[in-house]
Amino acid sequence: MKVKTPSKLEKVLAAGHVAVTSECGPPRGSDPEVIIKKANLIKDHVDAINITDNQTSVTRMCSLAACIRLKLMGLEPVLQMVTRDRNRIALQSDILGAASFDIYNILCLSGDHQSFGDCPTGQNVHDIDSMQLIQTVRHMRDEHKFLGGADIERPPEMFVGAAANPFADPFEIRVPRLAKKIAAGVEFIQTQCIYDLDKFELWMKMAGDRGLTEKVSIFAGMTPFKSAGMARYMKNRVPGIEVPDEMIKRMADTPKEKQAEEGIKICIESIERLKEVEGVRGFHVMAIEWEEIVPEIVEKSGLYPRPSVE
Amino acid sequence: MIVADKKPIEEIIEEIKGHEKILILGCNECVTVCEAGGKKEVGILASALRMYFLNQGREVKIDEETLERQCDHEYLEEIRDVMDQYDAVVSLACGVGVQFMAEKYHTTPIYPGVNTCFLGATEKRGLWTERCQACGQCILARTGGICPVSRCAKRILNGPCGGSDHGKCEINKEIDCAWQLIIDRLKALNSLDDYEQLSPLKDWSTDRAGGPRKVVREDVQE
Repeated sequence: MKVKTPSKLEKVLAAGHVAVTSECGPPRGSDPEVIIKKANLIKDHVDAINITDNQTSVTRMCSLAACIRLKLMGLEPVLQMVTRDRNRIALQSDILGAASFDIYNILCLSGDHQSFGDCPTGQNVHDIDSMQLIQTVRHMRDEHKFLGGADIERPPEMFVGAAANPFADPFEIRVPRLAKKIAAGVEFIQTQCIYDLDKFELWMKMAGDRGLTEKVSIFAGMTPFKSAGMARYMKNRVPGIEVPDEMIKRMADTPKEKQAEEGIKICIESIERLKEVEGVRGFHVMAIEWEEIVPEIVEKSGLYPRPSVE
Repeated sequence: MIVADKKPIEEIIEEIKGHEKILILGCNECVTVCEAGGKKEVGILASALRMYFLNQGREVKIDEETLERQCDHEYLEEIRDVMDQYDAVVSLACGVGVQFMAEKYHTTPIYPGVNTCFLGATEKRGLWTERCQACGQCILARTGGICPVSRCAKRILNGPCGGSDHGKCEINKEIDCAWQLIIDRLKALNSLDDYEQLSPLKDWSTDRAGGPRKVVREDVQE
């Protein structure tokens, strides 16, 4: 497979490897050590590291600055960018800023609504949506042009990703929605956390039947449970996440001090199973504020060592 | 119609407490339908204010009037003869009426008596919901007659986002997911295939973003 950008992530996929990504949330402060420490915990076990963009609408250090920090460490960042906080001028400008530091991956998102965060009385922007952000990056990269039509000198070279949630409602448009993102120009997809493996496999099959899994690299999103409480929270409180009852029961039936271990076990079993699913090209391990566990999950899932590509 | 809601009376009192001759001015249009600023609400507010000032031991003249509209010159002229009797007006019209009054009666303070909320419809008595944000470039033909600009919390033109949950919006279980409604309607119209058409970047220059707007129709001007 021919690559279109200098992205290491794209190269890993093009070489036919199962890719592994993870993510770090920037701190609620300006201490760069937080990002450096988190990145050091996972850097040898992943191909690229997503940096979230004010996730759950809570104000944090900006994704771009944290991505630059990773770049300075010689690592491969995935710049997450939400359309909630910036209009098309700011988005294009930040894309160029990222490109000036040779950041080669971007994940285009709409972002959680600001009512969930620390500024619920703030405005939201939503000048464009996540699909239109995909189109914007592709336009800048491939046509070497701004949205306004002018030429870009040294255009961004970014491998373009987006999220997909196979579990959100309504289910019937989940595959058409993926098709739409592909039509917009997306090249890789990181999914919402998967616990209902049957439903995910159904979604993958439906996507495969339409030939979509040939056109985009799908990363299965994995988040280990730290406790039975977290499993219940994910099921009941987080919109668009489905957790089967038997998985909740398995966590709840485990003694409290062993629940984290059980959560990791479930995660590893899930990865083992999903590795076999046609079209799954990678795993996105989101260990929320539990980055230190990523190496163990990657190793025990048989995804270590990570390949070197050039 | 324009939907408004009552302002807390404490807030109104705080604004007008320095005045002695006050006109409470209602509007017979939208704010009457949404029961926030019609003749009835003018009466209720006026009585409450009279009671308040009486309890304060103050003599404040509170009069009532309701115009056919506060967004038309001719109706606002109807009170020109009596305006010199008042040192303040509380307008229960929408923000348009309040401002038009202020423009017309330049030296009299005009205070808003309602909060203007949105362009919406009466679902049932006591329940009004938003339908339009007047973006100036209607896309309803492409979205099954349901507006994602006004009805999606993120005004997503290619929705739904991942927060659509059993037909409801993630921000509030009382709010329908606009994109669920759009998909249901496209299905009812037998045109679900249209869902896969990408909606292009919207031109927001006709929206608030483009600055104060004007509709000029020379064909109907006198």
